[in-house]
Amino acid sequence: MNESFTSFAYLVAAVLFILALRGLSHPTTSRRGNLLGITGMVIAIFASFAHGGMTLGGSLLILLGIAIGGAIGLVVAQKIKMTALPQLVAAFHSLVGLAAVCVAASALNAPESFGIGLPHHIHTESLIEMSLGLAIGAVTFTGSLIAFAKLQALMKGTPITFPGQHQLNAAIGIGIIVLIIAFVASGGSFLLFGLIALLALALGFLLIIPIGGADMPVVVSMLNSYSGWAACGIGFTIGNLALIVTGALVGSSGAILSYIMCKGMNRSIINVIAGGFGASGDAAAAGPGAGDRGVKIGSAEDAGFIMKNASKVIIVPGYGMAVSQAQHALREMADILKKDNVEVKYAIHPVAGRMPGHMNVLLAEANVPYDEVFELEQINNEFATADVVYVIGANDVTNPAAKTNPASPIFGMPILEVDKAKTVLFVKRGMATGYAGVDNELFFRDNTMMLFGDAKKMTEEIVKALNH
Amino acid sequence: MTPADLAAQAADLAHQASILAQNAAGVAAVAAQNAPPGAPFVYLFSIFVLAIFVGYYVVWNVTPALHSPLMAVTNAISSVIIVGAMLATGLHGSTTAHVFGFIAVVLVSVNIFGGFAVTNRMLSMFKKK
Repeated sequence: MNESFTSFAYLVAAVLFILALRGLSHPTTSRRGNLLGITGMVIAIFASFAHGGMTLGGSLLILLGIAIGGAIGLVVAQKIKMTALPQLVAAFHSLVGLAAVCVAASALNAPESFGIGLPHHIHTESLIEMSLGLAIGAVTFTGSLIAFAKLQALMKGTPITFPGQHQLNAAIGIGIIVLIIAFVASGGSFLLFGLIALLALALGFLLIIPIGGADMPVVVSMLNSYSGWAACGIGFTIGNLALIVTGALVGSSGAILSYIMCKGMNRSIINVIAGGFGASGDAAAAGPGAGDRGVKIGSAEDAGFIMKNASKVIIVPGYGMAVSQAQHALREMADILKKDNVEVKYAIHPVAGRMPGHMNVLLAEANVPYDEVFELEQINNEFATADVVYVIGANDVTNPAAKTNPASPIFGMPILEVDKAKTVLFVKRGMATGYAGVDNELFFRDNTMMLFGDAKKMTEEIVKALNH
Repeated sequence: MTPADLAAQAADLAHQASILAQNAAGVAAVAAQNAPPGAPFVYLFSIFVLAIFVGYYVVWNVTPALHSPLMAVTNAISSVIIVGAMLATGLHGSTTAHVFGFIAVVLVSVNIFGGFAVTNRMLSMFKKK
């Protein structure tokens, strides 16, 4: 087919992808956006089939590949539990990374197919682009695998640190750059290509192991960004417009999400990437000791009674809610309260859960209407007017030490000001500290009641108590 | 003409053909070296920079409630790398290139179908009061 026609098709695909992201600015337009994205992908695939020189055997092979991969993808997407979304996304990122490595390898082996030269005589510029795509793709691949393993609890979430870690990573990074220069100078040596791949794979692994489980939202966003840049590298190599535009979109999207997550924790991206956070519970910063102070412990009946007599209840869900799958019980509780004319709202901290927006999806899954769910800036002023705050599976994001104790590791982090409410109900399994390893002085306040138990079981018991 | 003569002539022709082929390959190599790549780098790079800006503004407009679907859908669209994988698989080239291309096609197809499907599943759950 005419080359300018296929180029035009790629342009249309790129525009449709932009519109797909645009659709996500509101839930009502989001599904149409997704359809536009699918249309863009179909157009891009058809344009590639129409590419001059496509063989019949090759086309059949591609169709076979799409059928195999597509079937796997569809089954996984239907079966995955919404709580496991973060690890699914991490796994998907690793596939993009590996695919970038494969395409780079293939471009090295058959440069004439991509019009970038002949074997061992590839254009310098294409070699640079190819090696960048390769290196970023390989880092994305192993990095995402580690993120997946940590999120799926195949690997402990605690940071793995050792002396000289950062120096080693820096040395590998420099090594990769040196190899890329040598690779480009060699005109496309297979050996150097392999070495770059190996070092980059090792780097991806080493970069993610020191990062703790609760920092995974940043990591997943960051890897999202990397997968975009890897796609860009390949896009430049084969001179494809759709790939370059999409890669840039994805790259900036992931970068913005990482930034939002870091801001939500008041930590720099460097601090998160350096890792080791929450590895040691720093006793000095922990504030007054927990052991010698009493807390008020309540039962499900007490909690039900308090909430039934409230006029406004704000629910603060955290990762603990996701772990115990308490969202459905929570919705049931809210429904009963609403029937009793209690105003119910949900407050979500930017870093709640294990990926950006994770809590919103879980609540939506439990049929919580999205117009009852609010972000930190939208709802923080309302805690003062709330009678009850029901904190379920969240801890650090409510800790007033973030505002009052400069020695605390979470100092400066924006928090949900639940302490302003008349009564705070904390559903927790025990008195253990949160991810940051700091005590929460809220637990010891007079207007706080601790509800010890599993988040789901406790909420179900409250539902029972409310029904009586 | 004796069969021996014929054979000798044929061999001669074959030899000439092979020389021609070699020359052609040499010329092609030089041409490939000197030919500009599909599109000039500056042109592609401008598009790249502009796309980053578009991405920046579009993504800041995404409501935080939909950040998970955003990640899933960006993951799905970054699988447009399938374009490269398809060219690697479907054009004439070495077997190694075809094998890598095919693997890449399978990998990103998982992403394309899985990514869009899971995004759709998420978005269909967001309902109003």
